[in-house]
Amino acid sequence: MNTPLRAAFRAGLAGSLIALHLALVGMVEAFNKREIIQDTVTLGQLLLLGVSIGTALYALQLIPQERRATRDGWLTALVSVSVVSLTLMLLSLAIQTINLRFMFQNASKELVRILTFHTPGVVGLVKLWLFILVGAILGVGYLFVPRPWNRVLSIAAGATLIMGVMRSIVTPLLPDLLVDTLYTASGLKRIGAVVLFVLWSAILYTYPRWKARAQTLQTLEVRMGPRTIPLPVLLGIVVLFALPAILREEGSYLFEVLDMVGIYIIMGFGLNIVVGYAGLLDLGYVAFFAIGAYTMAVLSTPELPVVREFLTQTIGRSTLNFWEIIPIVILISLISGVLLGVPVLKTHGDYLAIITLGFGEIIRLLVISDLLKPILGGAQGITGVARPTFFGKFVINESWEYFYLIVITIGIALYISVRLRDSRAGRAMKAIREDEEVAKAMGIDHVAAKLSAFATGAVLAGLAGALFSSRLYSIAPHSFNVLISINVLCLLIVGGMGSLPGVVVGALALVGLPEVLREFAEFRLLVYGAALIIMMLYKPEGLWPERARVSPIAKEVFGDRLQQLKIE
Amino acid sequence: MALLECRKLTKRFGGLVAVNRVDLVVEPQSIHSVIGPNGAGKTTLFNCITGFYRADEGEILFQGEPIHWLTPTHIARKGIARTYQNIRLFGNISVLENVLIGMHIHLKSGLIAPLLNLKSFIEEEKEAYKRAMELLEYLDIAEWAFFKARNLPYGQQRRLEIARALALQPKLLLLDEPTAGMNPKETEETTQLIKRLRDELGITILLIEHDMRVVMNISDVVTVLDYGEKISEGTPDQVRSDPRVIEAYLGHGAASGLKPAAPAGTVAKGG
Repeated sequence: MNTPLRAAFRAGLAGSLIALHLALVGMVEAFNKREIIQDTVTLGQLLLLGVSIGTALYALQLIPQERRATRDGWLTALVSVSVVSLTLMLLSLAIQTINLRFMFQNASKELVRILTFHTPGVVGLVKLWLFILVGAILGVGYLFVPRPWNRVLSIAAGATLIMGVMRSIVTPLLPDLLVDTLYTASGLKRIGAVVLFVLWSAILYTYPRWKARAQTLQTLEVRMGPRTIPLPVLLGIVVLFALPAILREEGSYLFEVLDMVGIYIIMGFGLNIVVGYAGLLDLGYVAFFAIGAYTMAVLSTPELPVVREFLTQTIGRSTLNFWEIIPIVILISLISGVLLGVPVLKTHGDYLAIITLGFGEIIRLLVISDLLKPILGGAQGITGVARPTFFGKFVINESWEYFYLIVITIGIALYISVRLRDSRAGRAMKAIREDEEVAKAMGIDHVAAKLSAFATGAVLAGLAGALFSSRLYSIAPHSFNVLISINVLCLLIVGGMGSLPGVVVGALALVGLPEVLREFAEFRLLVYGAALIIMMLYKPEGLWPERARVSPIAKEVFGDRLQQLKIE
Repeated sequence: MALLECRKLTKRFGGLVAVNRVDLVVEPQSIHSVIGPNGAGKTTLFNCITGFYRADEGEILFQGEPIHWLTPTHIARKGIARTYQNIRLFGNISVLENVLIGMHIHLKSGLIAPLLNLKSFIEEEKEAYKRAMELLEYLDIAEWAFFKARNLPYGQQRRLEIARALALQPKLLLLDEPTAGMNPKETEETTQLIKRLRDELGITILLIEHDMRVVMNISDVVTVLDYGEKISEGTPDQVRSDPRVIEAYLGHGAASGLKPAAPAGTVAKGG
């Protein structure tokens, strides 16, 4: 174990490096433009505060547990963040005396002004030091505040700040009067922050009692055939369907984000079957997304004479409508899923990843090629993709209208995933994931299991692609690069491999969040990478990992006996 | 007719002959042990029988039918199940599901039935869950049913491997060192279990085992391998007194220094 002083310097140096990095890549400056609480704190300052809290907590972890909540703990934390602030002070002084910009473009005078709170001279540096000390006090304070309150207050503070950061998402959900009292144009008002903080604290403090109440209410279930749907789930579905219609005016941006999140959720469910259930590491998943999108676009656009002529000769019409193309999308992605599956049946792990990666690139290159331009539109892509219509009259145009279609497709994807999870076919996939050789020795046909995983995954990606191209009205090849495959895979990793709620959590975190923080697009991949590394280090099983579950059929068969069994 | 018959079975890895012209006849309803020092080719023999390896020469007959050209999947469907020397469970899924996967070949539903939630599917699943639980009860690990397999205590993992193999309803069960790493009490329980499998379920058992007390206790026939060759075969008593066996375990010339009927425990140390 470390002595307190040593621990403080170790943590302080680590924190310094991170703070220095954030300042020099320009994140502090860029994030500083957004005020989270009016005239009080900006997102850039929160970033530094976060580093400071992290440093203090890390320093405390390095000293023996029994010394943490004593004077030693305080000293360790304060010294460690002082190291961080010393580094930042030196940075400010360095920028003021020599020009660092030939090497670090973001080492600007503006950065110094931000760090020293627009105060010149020593007073500014002291302000910086005091500000960083606040982080340590918050970090150590967590240990001193008694049990339920430390959690309640810290989560409430976090929730308040998140509601400030996500202003654009939250405001459409609230009535205008409330928005005006709580929010400014960029973030929260001071009074708003206080109100939200108190409100969240109250909610979180009473939450355990609510939960107990809810459990007694759980007998309130809605019977549908032989199965029951719990009330909260039913309420959630009602809200999901009512919300878009209510918020269609104010919430167009919200639904644009949610549509993208939804499309990623559909793909996430699909890839979850391939990677999460069957353990087949597919890095070319974007190919099926592209196939779905292009099938929809090619068959419905009036722009491609070759296709139009072909369709006129075969069916007598020059284009097909949305609903006619959907079954074709399903069929084509199914076939392409099997076609990719067959050659890779005997490969595993890294080799499989490389081959599928290649498959994704092949599709992209085919789409972009001049050779296939008459059919696939070449580098310019295709516009004039069909929009779904009902009875030839009602046309789906807006993003909130697409949201319904997307939610329904998510429902289908979820249903397939759930049914598959507790079925013979799904178990065969899981067996292959765990140990292919043993699975074979159990009489499992690995060809059937792998191909059905690829095919189901491909169909879901194809449907997502069809919705994507129809919603955008036009598509271009550059939308189908390998980053999409990586994104979908990452959302599975972040959410928890094989876990269904994890897909939703992962998509919200990795697709929704960057959409909301779009103004910092430059740093998106940096944050992304950092988040993944932190995830892998501290929560490798994902945010919402899969547990050994008791399936509905098991509940039905074993009933009361389950109580006698050990449950993890 | 023999249940399993290997004829002049040979398996080479490059220049190494791991199994060399081995003849093996396993009679129905018997407990047949294969012993030999480390590297004698016992596990390779198992891998050949279950189709993990393809034999270079010779043939394997199961119920009179050649199986040496079949894949592991098809061999499993013929009714041969096995366990592994180093436990190979499906670690991240529940104990019950492990057994359900063992039942795979006896269930019928494909992709469509579960998606449509057909009645036949639900009935079949319910029946399978019940049978799986019965098997877990038979092996006395039912209370762990909803644990992830890898979180089970070691002894229970070994039992689960047997339960999973039994779920195939095999005619022949290949056990690869089922008592490895167990304490004397657990070893005794496993020995009794193996006996019960044969006596109550009528399953023929081919056993690799290092613990000589187990081997001598329950085997009908013992086959001894050394450097891939069969050096001795017979009842436990016959094998125990065979000088070639003692030589294989303790080194050349050792047999002359020992009494003909060496205590089983001393031989075991050689393994």
